[in-house]
Amino acid sequence: MLKTSDEDVRIIIRDVSKRFVLRHTHSFKETFVALIKRKKLATTFDALHDVDITIREGESVALLGYNGSGKSTLLKLISGVLRPDAGEVLTRGRIAGLIEVGAGFHPDLSGRENIYLNAAILGMSKKEIDERYDDIVEFSEIAQFIDTEVKHYSSGMFVRLAFAVAIHTTLDILLVDEVLAVGDEPFQKKCLDKIRELQSQGKTVVVVSHALDTVASLCSRGVLIEKGRVVFDGDSREAVARMRGK
Amino acid sequence: MSLKPSSGSAEFVHPGASRGLLDVFSHRYLLTLLIRKEVQVRYRGSVLGWLWSYVKPTAQFIVFFLALGVFLRLNATMEMYPIYLFSGLIVINFFNEAFSNGTRSIVDNGSLIKKIYLPREMFPVSSTIVAFVNFLPQLVVTIIVCLVVGWHPEPLQVLGVLVGLVIIAVLATGLGMFFGAINVSFRDSQNFVELIVLIVTWASPVLYPWTTVRDAAPDWLLQIYLTNPVTVAVELFHAGLWYPTTSGSPDLPPDLFAHAALGLAISLAVLALGQFVFRRLEGRFAQDL
Repeated sequence: MLKTSDEDVRIIIRDVSKRFVLRHTHSFKETFVALIKRKKLATTFDALHDVDITIREGESVALLGYNGSGKSTLLKLISGVLRPDAGEVLTRGRIAGLIEVGAGFHPDLSGRENIYLNAAILGMSKKEIDERYDDIVEFSEIAQFIDTEVKHYSSGMFVRLAFAVAIHTTLDILLVDEVLAVGDEPFQKKCLDKIRELQSQGKTVVVVSHALDTVASLCSRGVLIEKGRVVFDGDSREAVARMRGK
Repeated sequence: MSLKPSSGSAEFVHPGASRGLLDVFSHRYLLTLLIRKEVQVRYRGSVLGWLWSYVKPTAQFIVFFLALGVFLRLNATMEMYPIYLFSGLIVINFFNEAFSNGTRSIVDNGSLIKKIYLPREMFPVSSTIVAFVNFLPQLVVTIIVCLVVGWHPEPLQVLGVLVGLVIIAVLATGLGMFFGAINVSFRDSQNFVELIVLIVTWASPVLYPWTTVRDAAPDWLLQIYLTNPVTVAVELFHAGLWYPTTSGSPDLPPDLFAHAALGLAISLAVLALGQFVFRRLEGRFAQDL
């Protein structure tokens, strides 16, 4: 068992389980009908089972698995959006989540206003945003539309801006969920280069993606999750091979 | 991009664990941006824009003034009835807006809450502050009218108005957190709040003087009526803004400052209850929205 005092540990996931309760009835009438028909009022769904993972500083981990295996749930537990039902999640340092690009963007605000709002939502101070503002705009490559309302943006422009904001936040841990598939190929390449740059600075990166070859080259470690259980934890290429082998 | 390790020596924390309302004040910059966003987008796309926040209370005032002041003759029996009516109405509107927007704030910001962790108390608190921003111009209009008809502000009157504002802000935030948290799982909550909002206007002496309740209701009911924090706030506004413009013959409720202290205490208790319930239910927000 690892101790929390280990100096280079960033994320500790210890015996974590997460269970969702799905209510089938949403009103008195439905509950009453369900009781009479002797139907179940709710079912539980175990999204994660006794997951035990420790991630260190500078490590890049790919969470692999099919749809519904619990990868995204795990990422949300690390980001603090969800809380575990059993076990505990501990993190050290600032987390920035690319959980879904553009969450928190407001269509009626301009690109500039959205940069400030979104960066603040991701935990940046005014001073930090002021310092990085030019980098963000340059990275997004949409400087000429920056004072246009975001609702007039094409989906590609929107994604570029959102990604640019998230990638420029001050962070120790970067969580990426399925956002590598955004934008055109040159922009994707730019994003991957940026993530590699963060890796070389010793940042911790956790990625969820179905682009298996991309994540295998990006991350050295792969964790394969099946029906909420960790079935493999090791070299990312081996993890991908195991996933494809089944 | 900074190259130095930004917080290499930071302590381990449980992600998503918050210090409740305290966290809102440590995220002041985000709070100001959220408020600015709400204020900016509120009337976007409408020709009248922010004039709407004057048009609505004006229309409301005219309707009540005609129905109650003219047809029911309150204007003839009460001194300075228009000022009495307006100074009370703006308090009620502030409360109702903060309360009902606070109740809906969690569900309305669901897409954000589901994806990024931030102190969720942000949303009810910003609802109250946005309602306050909306309320301020109405207060300014009231003060100007009072000054024109001969009000000379005294410190105690101004203090009373400020205490009234604090009572409303704290109470509406607490109730907004309470009902907003419940609203995530049970949308009955926002319908229930609409019902409360409907009653609040009539459950305080806004349209009629409190003396009509004194004359008609038994004493125990009157005491409950006067203890309602919203009533206290409304009466503090009347005492501060309307009463000085009269000849001094109308009756103000007895022990107003004792009631103010009690009202403040009740509001703080409601805030504490709201925070407690909010924290208990917060863990389920992201999965139930």
